Amino acid sequence: MNHLLRSLAPISDASWKLLDDEASERLTPPLAARKLVDFSGPQGWDHSASNLGRTAPLTSAPCEGVSGLQRRVMPLVELRADFELSRAELRDADRGAVDPDLEALDRAAHQIAVAENITVFHGWHGAITGIEEASPHERMHLGEMANAYPQPVAGAVERLLHNGISGPYALALGGEQYLRVVETAENGGYPLLEHLRKILEGPIVWAPGVKGALVLSTRGGDFLFESGQDLALGYDSHDGEVVRFYLEESFSFRIATPEAAVVLDP
Amino acid sequence: MGFDQYHEPPDELPATTRTFARLCASLTEEAEAIGWYEQRLAVETDPEARAVMSDAQGEEFKHFSMDLEFLLRRSPAWREIAHGVLFQPGDIVQHGEEAEAEALEGEAPGWEPGSLGIGSLKGASR
Repeated sequence: MNHLLRSLAPISDASWKLLDDEASERLTPPLAARKLVDFSGPQGWDHSASNLGRTAPLTSAPCEGVSGLQRRVMPLVELRADFELSRAELRDADRGAVDPDLEALDRAAHQIAVAENITVFHGWHGAITGIEEASPHERMHLGEMANAYPQPVAGAVERLLHNGISGPYALALGGEQYLRVVETAENGGYPLLEHLRKILEGPIVWAPGVKGALVLSTRGGDFLFESGQDLALGYDSHDGEVVRFYLEESFSFRIATPEAAVVLDP
Repeated sequence: MGFDQYHEPPDELPATTRTFARLCASLTEEAEAIGWYEQRLAVETDPEARAVMSDAQGEEFKHFSMDLEFLLRRSPAWREIAHGVLFQPGDIVQHGEEAEAEALEGEAPGWEPGSLGIGSLKGASR
């Protein structure tokens, strides 16, 4: 048994499979950052820091005749989303009920996915610098009308090209902006989504939690997501009515090429 | 002499499997002998007798280790799992589960029981 304490939960193996499958299904669509940045790991729950390859000076040495440096590392952060489920619902699932109420799990899955997106794209104050914070480019504006999106997106691609950043390029769209894009057809009925895809030559992803949008290169080597423990379901506690679980992960995020992304404000 | 180490007709088994089974039987016998000496040493008070039996138990440690090394060389999956478990500090069961997952299910290093295994989604649509 590891730190997730899963074998202590008063639920059946079939219930664990149900919860794991539901969590995976709910997490995959909103995990936008993982669709665009480099992912390494998982390195395990006991992995605590990423190597930066850099050092900090030390003002003193153990004795005369030697000098020293201190290695710098980036500590991993942990994200955790707690939720509780009815024991009666899980027992009904064991009996064959096809519609158990797992809404609390679904909410937790969405929340932790949004938190991961915000951390990667916008940053986590005091812990991780996000792509938006690091980008040195002047921000562009999407505006209210989705029909006008091709212009700033093409402008962002041109800016990346101008800075020697090759493609393919991707567009991460906040929830509101994504909805506008998919429901919009331009003059002549051509879907806006297809027009943008031709400009980018890369994916367009739904990125809940993102404010506005970002255009970034997906050539690799620019944005580095290092997973300690990948997303996992753990057991916390229970009483006669409910079982308390949590979704959890640990990771760091480093930016090797800040110039490889352009921010598009809403 | 019995042929208890075989669960299938010996003449139907390839020579390599018969050898493997013989060494498995030998490994079992050495482990039994280690356990017997452990019990004898626990109750014996004569220092000279204890010294003799302790030396004998050391022989069994050696025999067991040689048998094990032979078997691990002939079974890559067993060797890979053993590599993740033996001589590692920390939680033995956790190491065992991780080593098994990595060796038999092709999971990435760092995978832990309970992980949803989502990993990278690069290339996924939308």
